[in-house]
Amino acid sequence: MNIHEYQAKELLKNNNLSIPNGFLIQQKEEIPNTIKKLKNKAVIKAQIHAGGRGKVGGVKIINSLQEANEIAENMLGKNLSTNQTGQKGVPVNSLLIEELINIKREIYFSIIMDPSNKTPTIITSPEGGMEIEELAQKASEKLFFEPVDPLLGLQSFQIRQLGIKLKLSKNEFANFSRALKNLFNVFVKYDCSLLEINPLVITANDDFVCLDAKIILEDDALFRHPELNSLNDPSQTEPLENSASKYGIAYVKLSGTVGCLVNGAGLAMATMDIIQSSGAKPANFLDVGGGASEEKVKEAFKIILTDKSVKIIFVNIFGGILRCDIVARGIIMATKEDPNTSKIVVRMQGTNFEEGRKILQNSKLKVNFVETLDEATTVIKHLSEEEA
Amino acid sequence: MSILVNETTKVVVQGITGKEGSFHTQKCLEYGTDIVAGVTPGKGGQTFLNKIPIFNTMEEAVTETNCNTSLIFVPPPFASDAMLESVNSNINLIVCITEGIPVQDSAKVINHIQKTNTRLIGPNCPGLISPKHRCKIGIMPAAIHTKGTIGVVSRSGTLTYEAVSQLSKLGLGQSTCIGIGGDPITGMGFNEILTEFDKDPETESIVLIGEIGGQKEQEAATTIKTMSKPVAALIVGESAPTGKRMGHAGAIITGTSGTAKAKIDYLKKNGAEIIPNPSEIGITIKKTLK
Repeated sequence: MNIHEYQAKELLKNNNLSIPNGFLIQQKEEIPNTIKKLKNKAVIKAQIHAGGRGKVGGVKIINSLQEANEIAENMLGKNLSTNQTGQKGVPVNSLLIEELINIKREIYFSIIMDPSNKTPTIITSPEGGMEIEELAQKASEKLFFEPVDPLLGLQSFQIRQLGIKLKLSKNEFANFSRALKNLFNVFVKYDCSLLEINPLVITANDDFVCLDAKIILEDDALFRHPELNSLNDPSQTEPLENSASKYGIAYVKLSGTVGCLVNGAGLAMATMDIIQSSGAKPANFLDVGGGASEEKVKEAFKIILTDKSVKIIFVNIFGGILRCDIVARGIIMATKEDPNTSKIVVRMQGTNFEEGRKILQNSKLKVNFVETLDEATTVIKHLSEEEA
Repeated sequence: MSILVNETTKVVVQGITGKEGSFHTQKCLEYGTDIVAGVTPGKGGQTFLNKIPIFNTMEEAVTETNCNTSLIFVPPPFASDAMLESVNSNINLIVCITEGIPVQDSAKVINHIQKTNTRLIGPNCPGLISPKHRCKIGIMPAAIHTKGTIGVVSRSGTLTYEAVSQLSKLGLGQSTCIGIGGDPITGMGFNEILTEFDKDPETESIVLIGEIGGQKEQEAATTIKTMSKPVAALIVGESAPTGKRMGHAGAIITGTSGTAKAKIDYLKKNGAEIIPNPSEIGITIKKTLK
């Protein structure tokens, strides 16, 4: 689950990390009071679930009330599109207005779960402010990795190692050590899959301040942090993706015209590849999951039907835990009101596939049955040429 | 022969009385798997299907039945504890099917397991099957598998079934099929499984199924380079949009190396046969056979 910068900073502050003084506003009427408190000098930051804000005007320094009003007017309630959001962008419903910090140095800092080391890993670089992708390309020799044994936790020698690599002074190191321990604690405490502070700044007083903050909370661990569920902001994701996640369906909206309903993430990606090789484009990624019920299949199919760009639907099920007859019944339930829906291509293999096919054959739906992926490619190609 | 399981494999099912656990235990038994015990805390003394004894603890199960392999269906909040209980009882191989275990939990368990003699497949995996030994420790549909000499290793569940069904239709049976799991952090990886297949006298050729994101396929490629047996690799996700940042810094750092193209290029460079399309898994592996 993605959370906003201001929410991430709140978590950091509650765990003894320094963040700039700031205020969150949702209405432009709140600007004058806020700006006054910050003595007319501040940075205004659009709160969206995506990086790359700085390059598209989502982060602005202001020197007067008038400037602040203009910027708030331009940002609030509008969509902001960055290199991470897609063209449409995401809505800016709140602004974080913060004091300006006297910056001596900027550091890149993040903690991730690293699949290669199988441990949480601290990544840091003296080149703060640059995006990590850029750093990896331009200054990979200045990126430092410190894997932390999840059983032992962060050790003092590891903090010293990083301090030396970052060429910190004695005064700076004492504060760095404290900040690093607190940051690692936040990562573990809230089950983060990513904690990124970029930049982590060293002030003129050698303090460490989290100037920006990005936290991704692991969905699978939210059951033990019920208080964090309220940080969810559905305005930042596609409406169809929100309804999918309500039913535990993995769904990503894409730009094509062939919708697909699949069980298993790997097979779902393979199905998208098959659609692409037929010359058409997938309209979505959809993994209905292992132990799906008829109800869940119905909701999944309805999501595809709701997507107006979908012209053809490809159902590709390899029954394992999920039985093909359950999928068939779910589809029937979803199309009850309007059986003359999009063109449907169905491939069913594995557990109870004969029964699944029979249910669909005996329904009012016009289904093209295929046996193999090869055949699916041909049929989808043919159907999409008809559409064109 | 096959890898990781053989005629001495005796299986205990942790979570045998749950909905998934009992359903799949029955399917595994029907296939021929030697399931000798079940463990569900609080249900010790009962039996499963009137024949398999259920114990409260793994310690009891091992003492009473000499089981050496465990299959786990315990729900996510308790699955880590179940794995650790197995390790503590010196189980040789753990197959953890459970999906949705918090990554920080599995990271702890896996870092502990690496220091022991126990090996772990999963979590969030379909398990493994060896048709020759009639040994199925997992949730895959048994009927598609046939006995033979192709090894299959994959990050996916249902896509593995697809691969197996293509192989069987071409008359290409399998030595062992293993799903290593879809979580970012898993027990045994491609490398370890490939090394086992390379040593196995009855495996002739190997299918590897990977996907976009991370570095696992690149790591596999370095092993493939040293192997004596041919490996055919399929990477899915070529059609997934690039530039849509999924938010994972790990994938971001590796930048372009997470794309299907980068993985395919790297695998090819290291001697893997590339499966051009998910519908050509069977045909491609057939070409690698002498």
